[in-house]
Amino acid sequence: MTQLDPSLSGPQGTRTGAQERSSFSPAVSSSALEPGQSGQPGQSGQAGSWGGAPLGTTNQSGTQGGANQGGVAFGSRQRGKVASVFAARWFEFLSTAAGITILVVLAAVAGFLIYEAWPAITAAPEDLQKVIGANAGSLLGYIGPLVFGTLLSAIIALVVAVPLSVAIALFISHYSPRRLAGVIGYVIDLLAAIPSVVYGLWGALWLAPQLDPIFTWMTNSLGFIPLFAGYQAPAKNVLTASLVLAVMILPIVTAVTREIFLQTPRLHEEAALALGATRWELVRMTVLPFGRSGIVSASMLGLGRALGETMAVLMILSPGTMYSFFLLKPGQHQTIAANIAAKFPESSGLSVSALIATGLALFIITLLVNMGARWIVSRRAEFNGAN
Amino acid sequence: MAILTAGGETPGVLASAPRLPKWMPWVFLVGSFVVSFLVLLAFSHPNVAGVVVLGVLIYAVAITITSQRVEGSRYAADRFATTLVVVAFGIALIPLVSLLWTVIARGLKVMSFDFLNTNMVGVFGQMTEGGIFHAIWGTILITAAATVISVPIGILTAVYLVEYGRGALARGVTFFVDVMTGIPSIVAGLFAFTLFTLVFGPAYRAGIMGAAALAVLMTPVVIRSVEEMLRLVPNELREASYALGVSKARTIFKVVLRTAVGGIVTGVMLAIARVIGETAPLLLTVGIVNETNWNLFEGRMTTLPVFAYRQYAQGGVGVDRAWGAALVLIVIVMVLNLLARLVSKYFAPKLER
Repeated sequence: MTQLDPSLSGPQGTRTGAQERSSFSPAVSSSALEPGQSGQPGQSGQAGSWGGAPLGTTNQSGTQGGANQGGVAFGSRQRGKVASVFAARWFEFLSTAAGITILVVLAAVAGFLIYEAWPAITAAPEDLQKVIGANAGSLLGYIGPLVFGTLLSAIIALVVAVPLSVAIALFISHYSPRRLAGVIGYVIDLLAAIPSVVYGLWGALWLAPQLDPIFTWMTNSLGFIPLFAGYQAPAKNVLTASLVLAVMILPIVTAVTREIFLQTPRLHEEAALALGATRWELVRMTVLPFGRSGIVSASMLGLGRALGETMAVLMILSPGTMYSFFLLKPGQHQTIAANIAAKFPESSGLSVSALIATGLALFIITLLVNMGARWIVSRRAEFNGAN
Repeated sequence: MAILTAGGETPGVLASAPRLPKWMPWVFLVGSFVVSFLVLLAFSHPNVAGVVVLGVLIYAVAITITSQRVEGSRYAADRFATTLVVVAFGIALIPLVSLLWTVIARGLKVMSFDFLNTNMVGVFGQMTEGGIFHAIWGTILITAAATVISVPIGILTAVYLVEYGRGALARGVTFFVDVMTGIPSIVAGLFAFTLFTLVFGPAYRAGIMGAAALAVLMTPVVIRSVEEMLRLVPNELREASYALGVSKARTIFKVVLRTAVGGIVTGVMLAIARVIGETAPLLLTVGIVNETNWNLFEGRMTTLPVFAYRQYAQGGVGVDRAWGAALVLIVIVMVLNLLARLVSKYFAPKLER
């Protein structure tokens, strides 16, 4: 969108900065209040350049900051009211302290985890093997299969959820009637609001029996592929868990991609239509290229969530610690989060440290994934991917 | 989008190309379901799922081939893509509908006044008595404590980011709030556990530990939504206030926060709805107990999600209680969501267009 700006704002180039600022602020706020609508038909020029970004709050902050600076300068000119100036500084300190608290808490999370995991990291191998089992060997041998299980389940969930989410986002942004789009968006948000323990119950007691005949068929007719071999009756395998994870990350991925798709420059779409494009060609030529990095970052946000999800996996998966690609066999995989939740209540001493060490590994993995997602988002300055 | 939704056919250059009539896809759809039903009837007993799956497959193939013959490959691709998109949406509805249906149907079986109004003291084995009174109050107390911790920090941080923050610190806070949104809930639970056991000794268990864990998860959500709301407050309002000689702090209190109060309440309620169902951190820190514990600072407490999980793990009669607790939990979450919607609708700042 930044590349388009010069050409779009050509006729507005003669305006002064102040005029531009005051004219753009209401346009952004009105469009951002109604996330279902990108831009208003009446002011297509402005909607194309500014208002088309429902979540575009990052590009707004620069201008607002400038305006606020003006306000501060103006306020400090009124030196007479010492008390109110003091009050202003006091409040600024308080809110700054709150901001710093966030950084401190995040640092404390990392610090405490490292501190508590340290005994397990430095423990003698023979002591450690008493709590993690002899066949694990070392702490890395203990964490390794768990990391593998975590990544495997999250990636399967992603493979299932992302194409579905992109299609649903397209349905909301470009296929459904606009009236329906708001309702559908609300329904998808409802999926996000359902607690994970309810997903666990549903997955274990409703979905698993439904999947049983499908998995039986898969292992009978596709069993020559190792992925699908060796299914055993209750569907408590990693594929069931991943399907539930996919349902759980569907709303977040859909919400982010939908916002991106709604930001597709209207002029691009109209140009495609003017060339006689069908709706699919419109989507393929304008919406998808524009939204590609958004889809990637949304997927990574979903990945971050799937990696850390505990209850669904804990309630569905029959655990085991192996590097195994048998998706339909029970007792092969376990994720870090589910392993902690399962063992933590009965642990003490060094085994707590070992579990916290696995938690530290999970923390680092999700941190990297989320930072990667944010980095991709921030490369596109006009898109704010929060929530 | 008005142009797109107005009709399937593209006006203009290609208007002369032959197109399928508008009612044709619907005829195809009905026909596919009939064929699918008949095929399944011939081979086995047709059920709803089988008819729908096979019917959609037949429809996708039939409409694509027909469109290819009549309209050409570009329109065939368009019709195929449309089918895929709509089918994907239908697939997404399956979990939602089946989940709500299962929870309501199985939850209502155990729902009664006694279930809501007793705790689990003296309930053992396969006794069907016992209820979730203690779990409801545990959830309310712990979530309230988490809200009390995270809302002031969240609102102040959002005010800092929108009104004061600039430079490296503000950028750092913004970035790490985003990062904090992605902290796994179990890691937050581990953090609260280590924090409190380091200070109060390894055997310490209390509701406040769970509240601290939930606050870690809740604060970034509050910050994000309040920040969005504060940015929506028009600059003209701030400038008008400064023009009257009002100090910045007073402007924030009396103008900015007051204008955004509806959105802030909405954001806080959505954040509560999001953490009230968290299970893993409470499982690690607060645990479960049979009697009602009213003291946040001493002893284990029971919460609805942990109760549901433990009853499920116990099996037998417990599974029914798990569904009952799940139903109550979903009702609470939905009511919070609904209230948040209403608040944002009726208290939205009145902005001129």
